[in-house]
Amino acid sequence: MPYRRINIWKTIDWWTIGLFFILIIAGWLSIYGAGYDFDRVEIFNLSGRAGNQLLWMMISVIVGFGIVMVENDWYDVFAYWIYGFIIILLIVTIFLAPEIKGSRSWLVLGPVNVQPAEFAKFATALALAKFMNQYKFKLMELKSFAIVLALITVPMLFILMQHETGSALVFLAFFIVLYREGMPGGFLLAGFCATLFFILSIKFADSAIGDTVVGEMIVLLLILTITSGLIYRVKKDKNVEKYTLLGIPALLIIAGIAYLFFPYNLNYALLAISGIVFIYVISLAVKYWLRDYLLIAVFLLLSIIFLFSVDYVFNHVLEPHHQSRIQVSLGVTNDPGGAGYNVNQSKIAIGSGGFWGKGYLNGTQTKLKYVPEQDTDFIFCTVGEEKGFVGSAIVLGLFLTLTIRLIFLAERQRYGFNRIYGYSVASIIFFHVAINIGMVIGITPVIGIPLPFFSYGGSSLLSFTMLLFIFLRLDAGRSERL
Amino acid sequence: MSMQKYNPDSRKYIIIGSICLIVFIYLAQLFYIQVIRDDYKIMADNNAFLKRTLTPSRGMLYDRNGELLVFNQPAYDLTVVMKEVQPFDTLEFCTILNTSKEYLIKRLEDIKNRKINPGYSPYLPQTILTQLGEKEFGILQEFLYKFPGFYIQNQPVRKYNYPHAAHLLGYIAKADRQNILDDNYYAQGDYIGKNGVERSYESILRGEKGMEMLLRDSRGRIKGKYEDGAYDKNPVSGKDLTLSIDIELQKYGEELMQNKMGTIVMIEPSTGEILCMVVKPDYDPSLFVGRQFGNNYMQLLNDPTKPLFNRALSGTYPPGSTFKVAQGLVFLQENIITTQTAYTCHHGFLAGNRRLNCHSHYSPITLGPAIQTSCNSYFCWGLKAMLENRSKYGDSRNALDLWQGRMKDLGFGRKLGVDLPGERGGYMPNSQYYNKKYKNRWNAFTVISIAIGQGETESTPMQICNFAAQIANRGYFYTPHVVKKIRDGELDALYTQKRHSGIDHIHYNPIIEALRSAVTGGTCWKAWIPDIEICGKTGTAQNSGKDHSVFMGFAPKENPQVAIAVYVENGGWGSSFAVPIGRLMIEKYVRGEISSQSKGFEWSVLNNLTSGKRDAVQEDQHMEDD
Repeated sequence: MPYRRINIWKTIDWWTIGLFFILIIAGWLSIYGAGYDFDRVEIFNLSGRAGNQLLWMMISVIVGFGIVMVENDWYDVFAYWIYGFIIILLIVTIFLAPEIKGSRSWLVLGPVNVQPAEFAKFATALALAKFMNQYKFKLMELKSFAIVLALITVPMLFILMQHETGSALVFLAFFIVLYREGMPGGFLLAGFCATLFFILSIKFADSAIGDTVVGEMIVLLLILTITSGLIYRVKKDKNVEKYTLLGIPALLIIAGIAYLFFPYNLNYALLAISGIVFIYVISLAVKYWLRDYLLIAVFLLLSIIFLFSVDYVFNHVLEPHHQSRIQVSLGVTNDPGGAGYNVNQSKIAIGSGGFWGKGYLNGTQTKLKYVPEQDTDFIFCTVGEEKGFVGSAIVLGLFLTLTIRLIFLAERQRYGFNRIYGYSVASIIFFHVAINIGMVIGITPVIGIPLPFFSYGGSSLLSFTMLLFIFLRLDAGRSERL
Repeated sequence: MSMQKYNPDSRKYIIIGSICLIVFIYLAQLFYIQVIRDDYKIMADNNAFLKRTLTPSRGMLYDRNGELLVFNQPAYDLTVVMKEVQPFDTLEFCTILNTSKEYLIKRLEDIKNRKINPGYSPYLPQTILTQLGEKEFGILQEFLYKFPGFYIQNQPVRKYNYPHAAHLLGYIAKADRQNILDDNYYAQGDYIGKNGVERSYESILRGEKGMEMLLRDSRGRIKGKYEDGAYDKNPVSGKDLTLSIDIELQKYGEELMQNKMGTIVMIEPSTGEILCMVVKPDYDPSLFVGRQFGNNYMQLLNDPTKPLFNRALSGTYPPGSTFKVAQGLVFLQENIITTQTAYTCHHGFLAGNRRLNCHSHYSPITLGPAIQTSCNSYFCWGLKAMLENRSKYGDSRNALDLWQGRMKDLGFGRKLGVDLPGERGGYMPNSQYYNKKYKNRWNAFTVISIAIGQGETESTPMQICNFAAQIANRGYFYTPHVVKKIRDGELDALYTQKRHSGIDHIHYNPIIEALRSAVTGGTCWKAWIPDIEICGKTGTAQNSGKDHSVFMGFAPKENPQVAIAVYVENGGWGSSFAVPIGRLMIEKYVRGEISSQSKGFEWSVLNNLTSGKRDAVQEDQHMEDD
């Protein structure tokens, strides 16, 4: 392959490097704030957490710039080797790691503990990028798709076996990459709908209007709405669109009016309407001999089956501590003393910050250790309490800027490997941010994953740095490859 | 596959759009919890700040001679710091404390329950038992080394030097729910004055609480003072009060009243200071201190003789014959009579078809002798003349309303404003009252029994004593009060301002002469002491059972030092007990001791023996309506 030697320090994306430095310094200040105590430890004292993190920051920066100086195609060439090595490491970890807080994910290497799961992210991203960049690769061919799924789920499985559910869930972020690379939107829609239906039906399971259970009603209405939208999207016959968009609301209105005269369980009416729509869509499928209509009918059927099996799944499949975590984060149960303690305290800490915050090192909640894990998973509380809404919004804004910048960089790659890897980086970072911040502000369930570049922890910081800088190296060298 | 023809560009925007949407939702949630909701700030403060209250010491009470009456005595609370407790011999511990094991275990559980005990911290002392006495403290102190984590904390309690004046002093108790709701100064476990001076001067006695703002971490450890104590406040001790009572006089009064029901009130006319307020039956104020408070209180509450009832202030009685003096003053002031006006009395007064009886005396009779002999008819004629004086008042309604106004000026029919809780105002009727009662059909005869302090009229012993003080002053009085001095503070202006009676000075002389003659040769002869010129009037407060005996008086006649009202419930005629008790109390106060010629009265009063012959019978016994 022809090469052109270029000065990578000129082509590297300094904007991203700037964001990286702002984030790690802000993170480091937050860790210092979170660990700040009356018996205050000197900021540069390496025995304190802030000092420790500073050490890791220096290591990360050195490693990061080391990565940039490595040859461009090195990552492409060694992608599978790295992936294989990490998989072995993950397996080894299951057997060698001592149990720390219920998980077996830490390898003790002399003075430092390393969490291989953190490094599995960029390894998987590399392997995925390499595999999907093959000549004439078609994602939606059964064999290709199966291998892609395997590449993603194998590390996930081993991480699950280490009892690191949070880190395992992060691998779902790769589906965003797959979507970008051509996976049908229906997959994401299905996943999204399943999550949404699940949340809504659990959250409103206990409220009812008369005999009508509100959770079921909302989800049924949602199913009908989405079905209508899907029928509309097929754009086969103007009349079909007209019948659908007028017919379904008309049936709903009739059901509603009937309810006013003699109250009954509205969900029966909704189910009946769904049945009518189902038969209609099937007839359309037969009439036009079109698979799209058939898929819509399947979607409708599966959605309703899913809805009514959620209750079963929730009560009989999930473990009690998962149930309570989900219920607490959905606001179904309020249990500030038990399962809800962490989220409640983190909301108190953030909520008490107000608009401008209490000022740096003035946060009482973080100072007095009310928030658990406050320098790792709950590091955002320190920002929220001491810097208020303004500081929180700025941090969120920084992450948003980083993500969009990474997507922009990924999109400008001419080489597929680079683009896929770049999307992986953006997806993984944003997935972490969304789950982590969502958790501390009480939107998403409590899933223990770190906030990139912020949370205390060498493995996390180093792995995110490597993840990011490999992409920066690839991006810097995008014009080396002719 | 048809799906291969996807548009990467639109997918890029869908991804970016979704990311932006999520960030927007998060920003909205952040804005909601940080800016819109403010309960998180309160919760954060409740988490982090432990406001430790510093209790001030309560002001002490002295009598008028500087005798210490009520003070604070160290008492001890047993506290526990849970974090420091180690397994211990519960049986031995309970034996020392004289409690059961179950109780101890329950207490320890309650302490740890944040719902019951919101201020719980395993690093801070929590109270297990309150008010251990010196004896328990002594034993516990010796064995405390065996029980790490348990401490003894000084929590002073009220201590009474005398078992007297319970109603006047009042007591303190833990503030109840209502107290806490009414005044946010109080918190659970605080003490508040519940009666007497303790209650009416609560805000002065209690002082001002101090506060320490401590930082408490999630495990309850105290991490020091917030901002180095910038928000701390030192407690301000309550102010000491000097009461106007003379504890020796009070004590003597309570001795005289023992085994009787009733009250003695004495006032210094020149100041309005209450010299003593004896209420019987009463109780030892020390009963309300300590862990037996609840039991003792319930016992007293359920006692049929009502020892918690303050008869001097809250007891309303028909004023009876003592009220005739007030009538005389009003008639003179209104020019209804002069001292020369004479009315006839033939063993009674005919009011329409009713008859108010009177005892035998000569007739016609003038004001002085009428008071001296307590003639009923005289005052009925007087009131009739007043109510029917159309040329002066237009009609009886106006006349009666003016009469009520006069009585109020004399301190009847409304609260005087005594600085003690529970004062009642008594009652003086006006035309509105009778209009309603008799549907506008009434005249002087209908209401005539108020002329002699019967009927609708009601007054308290305090009002009667105040009335006597006002006569002694010849036309004014000071609102009766029990606090003479507040250390570093000023008395309410109400107690330092003269209140005029509305009766001209000149009208008092004939009245006082009559009161004097009642002592020298009338119904009050038992109050005659050679060298103290006592003026007085007996009375009978009618009652469903035996009548109450009443004495009202002051002494000496010139430059009076003391005014007195004595009520002995069911004591029969005023003279049988009330007069000798009045005599003894006046002598005790004016002379400081009881002279030998009074010893006989003292003996008979102390032994509940009246002199047998119903002397001075001429009085009021036949006064009931026919």
